[in-house]
Amino acid sequence: MAESPFKADIERVQKEYSEKMTPGAIVYLPGSSVVNKTGSWRVFMPEFNRDKCVRCYLCYIYCPEPAIYLDDENYPVFDYDYCKGCGICANECPTEAIVMVRETK
Amino acid sequence: MPIRKVMKANEAAAWAAKLAKPKVIAAFPITPSTLVPEKISEFVADGELDAEFIKVESEHSAISACVGASAAGVRTFTATASQGLALMHEILFIAAGMRLPIVIAVGNRALSAPINIWNDWQDTISERDTGWLQFYAENNQEALDLILIAFKVAEDERVLLPAMVGFDAFILTHTVEPVEIPDQELVDEFLGEYMPKHAYLDPAKPITQGALGFPAHYMEARYGVWEANENAKKVIDEVFAEFEKKFGRKYQKIEEYRTEDADIIFVTMGSLAGTLKEYVDMLREKGVKVGAAKITVYRPFPTEEVRELAKKTKVLALLEKNVTFSVGGALFQDFSRALVNESEKPKIVDFILGLGGRDVTFKDLDEALAIAQKALTGEEFEEVNWIGLRKEIL
Repeated sequence: MAESPFKADIERVQKEYSEKMTPGAIVYLPGSSVVNKTGSWRVFMPEFNRDKCVRCYLCYIYCPEPAIYLDDENYPVFDYDYCKGCGICANECPTEAIVMVRETK
Repeated sequence: MPIRKVMKANEAAAWAAKLAKPKVIAAFPITPSTLVPEKISEFVADGELDAEFIKVESEHSAISACVGASAAGVRTFTATASQGLALMHEILFIAAGMRLPIVIAVGNRALSAPINIWNDWQDTISERDTGWLQFYAENNQEALDLILIAFKVAEDERVLLPAMVGFDAFILTHTVEPVEIPDQELVDEFLGEYMPKHAYLDPAKPITQGALGFPAHYMEARYGVWEANENAKKVIDEVFAEFEKKFGRKYQKIEEYRTEDADIIFVTMGSLAGTLKEYVDMLREKGVKVGAAKITVYRPFPTEEVRELAKKTKVLALLEKNVTFSVGGALFQDFSRALVNESEKPKIVDFILGLGGRDVTFKDLDEALAIAQKALTGEEFEEVNWIGLRKEIL
């Protein structure tokens, strides 16, 4: 998987962030949301077929999270820690390189 | 020197607020507690209380303003009753979840429909699962004292939970009694200034309060409220002891009255405890072995004290001005829970009475006693009984 463009932020917060619950669940550290995984309620997940991809970046542009990065060769990479399974990427993909499949845990 | 003034419980609550020196009071008038914010607004207008008095357009706004003020880091107070408290319901959870030590004075009143402005406890009882601490006053003095105590307990770092103090509509809110107003210096010593370490507004140290809690964190946050309620049990005992030392008036989570060698102990809350003590005196003169117990602290529920109480008697007769439909009263559930795994336990009989301001008379208590005595002698008895019900109009 390609490196997250937020790597530096995540590392900074991870260093200072304490998992300890505070009274009233108060968040004392700005930016701590980057260490909280927000993809937990996903039902469908995007499955990516690299062979069909034409690198149009529509998925990358339309991802509302954004949970799609581009790798060194400009192919999309899906970050499942943050992807909520909305399916917009699959809907936008002109070549059907992305299909939504039911995810089971 | 403390001064004695003749006043209603509403005024006593306003005086308690004045003595506690909250920085923000947001309130909306509702019968029977209207006089509380009225009196406080007088104190503020006369310069006797240095606070921001926010006039809001509903109780939902009143408690929301209190949450905002408390989250900014100041002592906060409001008063309400019945439908007003019900309208606050949504925000009550938020105040507890955010661990903001707001104090509400509640003139305990019935809920609609039919519209009824008189006393029962259904309003606060319905909020028992919000995480708030709950105190119930027997008289006007207790209304004043318990509000000061509520602030002290709520703001304790081991607790950090909001608290409500209930006093019966009209029976207390509109009835005058002599009330001792403690010295301001003593109250200042007792309460101190509210200096929150967890929730306050500081641009140099920004924090996020009330943020989204994912499944990964929500349960732990809720457990925090649970744990704080457990911690409050010990803290309340400490604060009661300190209060007694400073002001000379003794409080207990469950106050017992003539429970020694009692076969039947009546249990109740609020002003009914006064009637009950008279009733017990009368029965004791006749040689009937009964006692009374008053729940002063309802949340956190005094489980250990209930178990101790249960050891002293054969029948616990609960007198409740609230209903949980198809089950009985709230105390009935709580007492049953507290004793369910005890090897030896008294019989529990539940009485629902005095709803919507109906007087509870000795005649009603006689009716309850007769059923409790059935339980005592091993006869069959109903677990839940509506006392003083006018069956002829049903």
